[in-house]
Amino acid sequence: MRVATAIKEKLERALSPDRLDIIDESHKHAGHAGARPGGESHFHVEIVSPAFEGLSQVERQRMVYAALADEMKGDIHALSLKTLSPGEG
Amino acid sequence: MSDNPAFDRIKSETSESDVVLFMKGTPMFPQCGFSAAVVGALTQMQVKFKGINVLEDAEIREGIKDFSNWPTIPQLYVKGEFVGGCDIVKEMYETGELQKMFDDKSIEYAA
Repeated sequence: MRVATAIKEKLERALSPDRLDIIDESHKHAGHAGARPGGESHFHVEIVSPAFEGLSQVERQRMVYAALADEMKGDIHALSLKTLSPGEG
Repeated sequence: MSDNPAFDRIKSETSESDVVLFMKGTPMFPQCGFSAAVVGALTQMQVKFKGINVLEDAEIREGIKDFSNWPTIPQLYVKGEFVGGCDIVKEMYETGELQKMFDDKSIEYAA
């Protein structure tokens, strides 16, 4: 849970989300390049945050990537994102 | 920023072709599911695009991340503008936004 916990803490701090779902999808990629035996390499994150209001998807996802910059360089091999503002969620 | 030698190459690639996909593998043989998904959408639409295999080019592979301020591959460029990564392109394809963008930018595709 180490990486998932770091993702959760950093996104909560950066984006104060109304909703945050972090799904470890590493098992779907077992044996594929970038997958590690312990999992926690491939994640899907759905996040509803007021911080996304009025921003494009590119701008929203950049905010998420920026908050997770350390993890993106190391632990996270792949991150699929769904970024919504409260009105859309 | 501009002292990165990859930037000039990326600029010329994204200006020489209307639709450029920085990806892992080639359009015929994508080597990553996320790249394959974007190739799938573009192929469905029969859009002419240039695939650039970052796995064969370490300079571009690292340079494109800084160039776009986007840490992941694939990355789609249309007429020199960064459109997004896999999630964004897939969603735009599903909602018809991608089609609309190609219309607006006069890029041919099969409806």
